Amino acid sequence: MRRVLLSTVCVLVACGGGEQAADGGGDAAATAMASGPRGDGAIAGMVMFTGTPPANPTIDMSEEPECVAKYTGSPTDPRVVVSNGHLGGVFVYVKSGLPAGANYTAPSSPVMLDQDGCLYHPRVFGVMAGQPIEISNSDPMLHNIKAVPEQNRGFNISQPREGMTTTRTFNTPEVMVPFECNVHGWMNAYAGVMSHPFYATSAENGSFSIQGLPAGTYELEAWHETLGTQTQSVTVPETGTVNVEFSFSASTS
Amino acid sequence: MATTAAAFDHVAHAHADTRSFIRRYIFSTDHKIIGIQFLIMSLFFLLVGGTLAIMMRWQLGFPGEAFPGGGVLPETMAPDGVLLPEFYNSLVTMHGTFMVFFAIMPLLVGVYANFLIPLKIGAPDMAFPRLNMVSFWVAMPAGLIMMAGFLVEGGAAGAGWTMYAPLSANPEYSGVSGGQILWCVSIAVLGLSSILGSTNYITTIINMRAPGMTWFRMPLSIWSLFITAILTILAIPILSGAAIMLLFDQLIGTHFFLPPDGGQPLLWQHLFWFFGHPEVYILILPAMGMVSDIIANGSRKPIFGYHSMVYAMIGIGFLGWIVWGHHMFQSGMNPTLGMSFMISTMLIAVPSAIKTFNWLGTMWRGSIRFHVPMLNAVAFVAMFVIGGLSGVFMASTPVDIQIHDTYFIVAHLHYVLFGGSLFALFGAITFWYPKMFGRMMSEFWGKVHFVLTFIFYNLTFFPMHQIGLGGHMRRIYDPTEYEFLLPLQGLNRFITISAILLFATQTIFALNFIISWFRGKKAPDNPWEDTGVEWSTPSPAPHGNFPTTPTVHHGPYEFSSPLVEEDYLMQDRRVSKPATPAAS
Amino acid sequence: MPYDWGLPIAASTFAADIDRLYYMILVITGIAFVIVEVAIVWFLIKYRARPGRKAYYTHGSAKAEVIWTAVPAVVVVGLGILSASVWSHIRGRDSVPPNALPIALEAKQFEWNATYPGADGELGTGDDFTMRNLLQIPVNQPVVVHLTSEDVIHSFFVPEFRVKHDAVPGMEARVWFEATMTGEFSIACAELCGLGHYRMAARVVVQDQAEYDQWLAEQAANQTVASR
Repeated sequence: MRRVLLSTVCVLVACGGGEQAADGGGDAAATAMASGPRGDGAIAGMVMFTGTPPANPTIDMSEEPECVAKYTGSPTDPRVVVSNGHLGGVFVYVKSGLPAGANYTAPSSPVMLDQDGCLYHPRVFGVMAGQPIEISNSDPMLHNIKAVPEQNRGFNISQPREGMTTTRTFNTPEVMVPFECNVHGWMNAYAGVMSHPFYATSAENGSFSIQGLPAGTYELEAWHETLGTQTQSVTVPETGTVNVEFSFSASTS
Repeated sequence: MATTAAAFDHVAHAHADTRSFIRRYIFSTDHKIIGIQFLIMSLFFLLVGGTLAIMMRWQLGFPGEAFPGGGVLPETMAPDGVLLPEFYNSLVTMHGTFMVFFAIMPLLVGVYANFLIPLKIGAPDMAFPRLNMVSFWVAMPAGLIMMAGFLVEGGAAGAGWTMYAPLSANPEYSGVSGGQILWCVSIAVLGLSSILGSTNYITTIINMRAPGMTWFRMPLSIWSLFITAILTILAIPILSGAAIMLLFDQLIGTHFFLPPDGGQPLLWQHLFWFFGHPEVYILILPAMGMVSDIIANGSRKPIFGYHSMVYAMIGIGFLGWIVWGHHMFQSGMNPTLGMSFMISTMLIAVPSAIKTFNWLGTMWRGSIRFHVPMLNAVAFVAMFVIGGLSGVFMASTPVDIQIHDTYFIVAHLHYVLFGGSLFALFGAITFWYPKMFGRMMSEFWGKVHFVLTFIFYNLTFFPMHQIGLGGHMRRIYDPTEYEFLLPLQGLNRFITISAILLFATQTIFALNFIISWFRGKKAPDNPWEDTGVEWSTPSPAPHGNFPTTPTVHHGPYEFSSPLVEEDYLMQDRRVSKPATPAAS
Repeated sequence: MPYDWGLPIAASTFAADIDRLYYMILVITGIAFVIVEVAIVWFLIKYRARPGRKAYYTHGSAKAEVIWTAVPAVVVVGLGILSASVWSHIRGRDSVPPNALPIALEAKQFEWNATYPGADGELGTGDDFTMRNLLQIPVNQPVVVHLTSEDVIHSFFVPEFRVKHDAVPGMEARVWFEATMTGEFSIACAELCGLGHYRMAARVVVQDQAEYDQWLAEQAANQTVASR
């Protein structure tokens, strides 16, 4: 595991960039502020990818013409999303360092998980324990949603028609809860269930940001579904933003 | 009326009833009240099972369309009234479970073994009346536990009534956890009830027959219930054991049926069907017995070949233990084993044929009365023949390759269980209603119900043979997903409409049953001019059954006997001329 | 559609044997059915209760009993013997033709993964490749499917081939058949396997040997590209 502590690279500071992967995540932070300790510190960061990214496998969707029609070329399984050396789809969260006994109330606004074109959107997302996940189907066919957590209660439900929505909640923090569709074996998604609102998923340009942290030193972990995890220590000031960079490569994991 | 020395006069005979309401109607030890309790319970579950079937049929006939009134169902079952696949699987499972374990089986055994055995052998009650009461009050909670499956998270069990592991053993595969556990618990509890009941029936028949009621003077209904009780007491513990093993797999990770750690999925199938095939005969033998009583009565003739009828039932009961493998021809079981199971299965056709021809022989040169029980009994024979003959197709292992797990099987089993057992039950309920409630069910509405049921029943289930041959798999939620099933969708729709009409027709029966209870014509002691001992006691039969213990002088079916002027000679009636020998 | 009523078209070598057996049983049971049902209706009409007539008092006839015990016994044992010979041809211990093309088919919720032996015709070698929900086979060539399951019990069913066999986790079944006509058929799952059971379908494509070989070569080329 390679640890990189950088304070120079700064990208989009706006929180929207980092949180866009999980719609409603911003609200999550806002609502939760009321509960546990919070501050004005922030982490802004970038996830890099060095070397040649592994090719994402193409998916043979021919059995679902309605899904194929949603793509121009042949669809691929977006396991490793790299653009210009920046890695998206990395879940970054505060692993430890928050004051003991800090309790954050989960927001009531749901995190959205859509099934569109026989893929999950978003593929990687964070959600607070107790916060609803609203799963919807934008495809005119059956998807089943099977969550196979280890700490939480799993479920296996179906959405046979377009436009259906189902809401489910996890109550115990767990990194990560895998989702799968058994009708379309290639469909995978991952949810990081958190006890606090300090998490983000890197955007396609590799950027992420975590807002509203109280000052302190935290252990920050970055998780990728195939490339493994990395951790680094980060000290967040009373106010202002600390910059962080993670770097993955095909050979490390 | 011949009533001589009572052999069982230490037991209270019919007398003024001083019991409290609760002892009399709730925690009653009177076999007749317990029979009625079972009757109400199982008719309720019959309604539940039927309702589930209609929802299922709706989805098959009109896939993806909202079930009328389905909007009241929670989102986890049917959002906007459209059934979900997981709910459909629960419907399939619960329909089978309720019909087999909580409707047909208790209707035949719980109701009629309880009600008929003491009355027909001339006993005042069961050998163990308290055990009998317990058997009902154990069966009832078992049914409620099963119902509770619909209320827990994840829904009711959804692995089919046959509960094939590993689907049933690991909630990850089915998406159902609580429901699967409740299924196992309910079945194990119900098993206790069946074992208690059977102990009682066997003991009562062996020990409490009235003087003169020799083995071969017993009506065929009693013979059939006796054989059934023996099958039950031997088969049910196997199911209970298997259900508990499955429960352990679900709860404490024993992996009896889960392969990664040495478990064997086929073990479940062997255990289940080792129980399950005798169970099939548990579900049909009592119907055969009661139909024999009714056909003899309706034809005004002694049953044709009484002894071979008894031996045929014993033969069926015996063969029932060595045919279970025919449910597993395509499971990967040793194919040579398949061949031996094929031969034993084919042999079941022999006693079934004997019974069928003997019923025909009974009707031959009879003087047939078309009362409601007789109509239903004859329909039983006509439908059982179809169910029996379609069984030959699946007994033949190569043909079974094509029709196994298709709607052909669904058609077959409904011809036996609905066309067979349920028609017999409509007959039996009408026939013994006066002895239960002291009133007659309406003859007119009984006939209307019979005719409509007979028509819609056949329109519902006969086309299933066709779609099964075409390859329509069982337990699929939406047949239109398969191109080769699309041409069959018209038939599917037809079946659904027929099923809805069939279901609606049962309202007539329900109303007839309920209204007759309060408003029916008062019944005489022997409204059907039958020969059985139970008809010489008042209607409804009083507490203690008989004013004095009857003595039996004749075989069970002395209709049109030359000894008497009437065309029936009751078993306990003494004629001045030397008594005829029992049925030869 | 050619199979609106009755069995689907027969597209494998032993389908005709099975169908013949089916029609034979249909005729025999049909006769039994007609005899019984006609007798019932006839008796109901002829022997209906009429004033002044009493039923004939009899307890049976030993001769009749013997006849209707013996006849069905002989018929069903005969059917059993006929079935047994067809059965051992299809499923017997040594029934798999030695030249059969092996294809591994693994069922899982809710898909069929077919692994082809590649050019060397042997499974478990480096040139194997796997296709999802596609069973592509040559016509007039015996195929033996090595059937397994990853999770629950599924059942491999191709109606036109008269093939059905459960895929049981922890067991490997060998199911052989020989397609007799080119075209496209469906694999259907015939054993309830969970909430996607009704959709667990796969294509079966039967081609001429030449077309099949060409397809095989294309796939082999693709595989090499992918693994590079």
